Amino acid sequence: MVDAAWVIGVAFAYLSLLFAVATYGDRRARQGRSVIGNAWVYALSMAVYCSAWTYFGSVGRAASGGVWFLPIYLGPMLAMILAWMLLRKMIRIARAYRITSIADFIASRYGKSQALAGLVTLITVVGLVPYIALQLKGIAVAYALMTQMPGSATGGAAPWWADSTLYVALALAGFTIVFGARHLDSAERHEGMVAAIAFESVVKLLAFLAVGGFVVWGLFDGLGDLFAKAQAVPELARLLSLSQGKAFAYEQWFALTMLSGLSVLFLPRQFQVMVVENVDERHLKRAAWVFPLYLLLINLFVLPIALAGLLRLGAGANAEGFVLTLPLAAGHTGLALLAFVGGLSAATGMVIVEAIAVSTMVCNDLVMPMLLRTRRFQAAAGSDLTGFLLAIRRAAIVAILLLGYLYYRLAGEAYALVGIGLISFAAVAQFAPAMLGGMYWKGGTRAGALAGLGSGFAVWLYTLLLPSFAKSGWLGRDFLAHGAFGWELLRPEALFGLKGLDYLTHSLFWSLLCNGAAYVVVSLWRAPAARETSQALLFVDVFKRTAVAGPVFWRGRAQVADLLPLLGRFLGLSRAQALFDEHARRRGLAHRDALQPDAQLVQFVETQLAGAIGSASARVMVASVVEEESLGLDDVMRILDEASQLRAYSHQLEQVTDELKRANEQLKSLDRLKDDFMSSVTHELRTPLTSIRALAEVMRDDAEMPAEQRQEFLGIVVAETERLSRLVNQVLDMAKIESGHAEWHNSDVDLRALLTQAVHTTEAMFRERGASLSLQLPDALPTLRADADRLMQVLLNLLSNAAKFVPTGSGRVELRLDADAAGVTVSVQDNGAGVPADQRALIFERFRQGGDALNRPQGTGLGLPISRQIVEHFGGRMWLQADAAQGACFCFTLPWQTAAQPDETPQGDTK
Amino acid sequence: MLEGLRSQRLLALFCAALALFNFPLLALWDRELTVFGLPLFPAALFALWALLIAALAWILEGRDD
Repeated sequence: MVDAAWVIGVAFAYLSLLFAVATYGDRRARQGRSVIGNAWVYALSMAVYCSAWTYFGSVGRAASGGVWFLPIYLGPMLAMILAWMLLRKMIRIARAYRITSIADFIASRYGKSQALAGLVTLITVVGLVPYIALQLKGIAVAYALMTQMPGSATGGAAPWWADSTLYVALALAGFTIVFGARHLDSAERHEGMVAAIAFESVVKLLAFLAVGGFVVWGLFDGLGDLFAKAQAVPELARLLSLSQGKAFAYEQWFALTMLSGLSVLFLPRQFQVMVVENVDERHLKRAAWVFPLYLLLINLFVLPIALAGLLRLGAGANAEGFVLTLPLAAGHTGLALLAFVGGLSAATGMVIVEAIAVSTMVCNDLVMPMLLRTRRFQAAAGSDLTGFLLAIRRAAIVAILLLGYLYYRLAGEAYALVGIGLISFAAVAQFAPAMLGGMYWKGGTRAGALAGLGSGFAVWLYTLLLPSFAKSGWLGRDFLAHGAFGWELLRPEALFGLKGLDYLTHSLFWSLLCNGAAYVVVSLWRAPAARETSQALLFVDVFKRTAVAGPVFWRGRAQVADLLPLLGRFLGLSRAQALFDEHARRRGLAHRDALQPDAQLVQFVETQLAGAIGSASARVMVASVVEEESLGLDDVMRILDEASQLRAYSHQLEQVTDELKRANEQLKSLDRLKDDFMSSVTHELRTPLTSIRALAEVMRDDAEMPAEQRQEFLGIVVAETERLSRLVNQVLDMAKIESGHAEWHNSDVDLRALLTQAVHTTEAMFRERGASLSLQLPDALPTLRADADRLMQVLLNLLSNAAKFVPTGSGRVELRLDADAAGVTVSVQDNGAGVPADQRALIFERFRQGGDALNRPQGTGLGLPISRQIVEHFGGRMWLQADAAQGACFCFTLPWQTAAQPDETPQGDTK
Repeated sequence: MLEGLRSQRLLALFCAALALFNFPLLALWDRELTVFGLPLFPAALFALWALLIAALAWILEGRDD
């Protein structure tokens, strides 16, 4: 045993350390250098899920049921797989509408209903009282184990004023107030608290792992040794199997998994750390797998510690205290103190966050709405209510902890820690239909949610909470055995005669069945009202709506002079003014005085108020200072339409902007092309000019030149001049075609005749080079609407190219015409050297002639580009067949019909 | 909820986890065997759990689709 003063001293030292961490976190937050703005801290803060239940209760559960402690952690694993969808949506909704508690979430979804907010708060308070009691019991038992001689009775019948647990409860209440209710924040964010919780999570994990390591490697010779010794004892070997000699209660396994999976999403403290305190929703990506990993690690040694405890301390010892008693029995006081701090850490962390979350709910969703209803309060309350709000929250925290203590005194002894915790989990699971339905189903109504939650809560109360009182002897056991009013059918643990399920699965089945059925059936009873519809749209489609400004479902008249003081009453005047300024700036106005009291401003005020006093109260408060028109279902739909039209317009605007951007790019690249073209043209012009000038100078200077040579020179000059004019003509041609100023004289062209004529025209040229030209034509062909002269230009260009590149003497060129349903294909195949692979893509570009510079034949380098332009003008395509066996094969197609073909008119005129 | 590859993967993983952690598949591991001195059933539970966490981490930490 350890001296009581020591234990208390260590406990207070540790709590002070936690407080120091929280203060540090708060200070950093004020400086704008948040310590909690990363995914790891976020994940660690989620581990507030592991309370005294995990720390002490799991070992107890493992000692009696083996692996049955695990479903409570496998459920969260399953839930976290879906966190990226589910939890992210909750975060997005809460962020957009400043929702600060689960009661507010449900109330806001179903039309900002005060009744619903109150009911959810009531369920939470009643449901969580056992859970708080569990933490108190955990601390009390741990303290007793640390300070009492082994074997002496724990707990006992001390009168309430001498019961240390009462003082533990009060001390925790004090700490919670210091952590969470010192000042008012319009978003209910507590950075310091989150930092302390993350720290606390590290401490409890390390402490538990330290004890586990000590037990496995200190007391035993590793895991193998421990398990071997356990398996030698038949009662312990039984714990290591699933069925444990009985039929496996898989329905209970499933129920526990589902229950814990729902709880991890809907427990108020989980909602607080995961949704309200979330800094950035992208942190979920890491936290969603780190948190399950944390759970795995903290559960790793549960079974070994339980087995070791049973082996060393015997089956009669209190298994829930093994974490403490094993090190104590081995004389390791320091380790036992560390383990105690870990357990204390787990319990306080849970109590602090849970109490803060529940006190926010009690204040915003239960007390405030009731007070705001009374006229006297409205009149009596001063202009600044912030202090009043804080007082309510502090009182709520104390009340919750005292209720927890009361439950601990009344029923705490009858149940193991895990049993108490499961009662609370089952209460929280009642939120599932209204929450999940509310996020994914637009048809859920306020009446449906009220009916579902109400019936689920009633069944839970009757089948789980009242029996827990009865079992502890505080209520008569009669109704447990014979049912209420002596009706056997109403026996709480075998409702309507349902047997074969354990009490928890039984209660969960009936409560969720009634809850879900009532929710759906009553929701479908009548169509949702306007306000329910508008809120349903905002919640279900939150991912679609927050990107652009969402619809504002409000119509009426308001005054800035009314709205500002209203916000000031609950947030403080300077904070309200700052918020108005910020809102003005976001709307592009210089100062808050320039703000118009329009629907957007009213909505802004209501949302900010909702953060401080809950959405239902905020609705009432705003309604009291503005004149509003009630919206019908048609109005809601019209506003929605307008908003989506706005979205469509902005989408169109984006599209137009994109098009303009593309056009600009195209212009720039065309400009670049023009520059390239100019430099190429001048280069091509200079070459013949240079030679003409040189020859002319030679002839001018040398009067004695033989006539023969002079004649030769003059021949070259003429040829070069011809080349120059050809070049100039082609450049002009090209420019005309490209700019659309070319003239097209379309007629019905007989392609067979055209090709035959082309062959006749070029025959002489081929004969000159000793090459043969063959023509392959189909038998008959319809006419094609095109410009015959232009097509002839293309054919002549291809044929003369072929003639240039075939080997002298043995050249063979084949001109071929094929037709199919779509159009005609003309191909010119030669047996020349072909086009090298690296030039195939280039030859259709201007001034890129085939062949190398040395043996390049005469040409302008514009023939192929012009030909291609012509073919494309008629809707066809020209290409170089790459797989031609030998030589080059140029092909082009022309379709029978071209869309919007200009007819006989100069195209430029029509533009 | 089902847009994007990531969401679909997560949903598939959820179904897999639900199947693995429940009756009939869970009962497959319930044998009197030991692996490296550890009883098969608890060891298998933790191993499956670790595998699922690894898969979850892989899906979530991957590039945004």
